[in-house]
Amino acid sequence: MNIGILLKEGPYNHQAADTAYKFAEAAIKKGHTIDAVFFYNDGVINATKLMDPPQDDRHIANRWKNLCQKHGVQILACVAAAKRRGINDDVLIDCGTITGLGNLTDIAIRNDRLITFGD
Amino acid sequence: MEEFEDDEIVKKIMHVMREAPHGTIYTYEGLEMILIMAAYDQDISVAFIDDGVYALKKGQNTEGIEMKGFAKTFGALDGYDVEKLFVDQPVSDDVEGEEVSEEVISD
Repeated sequence: MNIGILLKEGPYNHQAADTAYKFAEAAIKKGHTIDAVFFYNDGVINATKLMDPPQDDRHIANRWKNLCQKHGVQILACVAAAKRRGINDDVLIDCGTITGLGNLTDIAIRNDRLITFGD
Repeated sequence: MEEFEDDEIVKKIMHVMREAPHGTIYTYEGLEMILIMAAYDQDISVAFIDDGVYALKKGQNTEGIEMKGFAKTFGALDGYDVEKLFVDQPVSDDVEGEEVSEEVISD
């Protein structure tokens, strides 16, 4: 099955970013294709390479980067939501892209499911 | 003659509004999402449940909280070909003294 993921919550403050990642990991392991992870609302904060959590904690931005580099999952952040929250190309993780909501619509159209994580 | 594709994909997409309009940004950025998706000729519907029904309340005034008012845009969604709006009736009935915008709820 081809799956798109919509993540609406920031990292660490909310479990959605962890659950979305674990879901993507499990789906890929089962042979499904994760087409893209799209960050919206505070979710765009997942896309900053400036995050620097304590060493014994998970590095959420690196998770997304690895998902992209190892499994070809597109990591996308909404431009309007990103601009509000100070996320731009200067702070964007490697392999990430800032894009528009039209791209999210395309993801919803071309995949079998769009799965939302967040409140 | 150009042929129209019979199998052109039209997806059903439902947006669920379940937060009050101004305590968080979910409703406002959700509205932005609806407006963009509406331009893609998909089968869009919107469900207002829980505190989400407040988005349709008449006579909202956001001056005091210095937030952009967007209630009118919800009332104008049919102008963007978003015509399937569902409002949770028991919830909107429970909201004491509320006037949920009739022209919206009638859909």
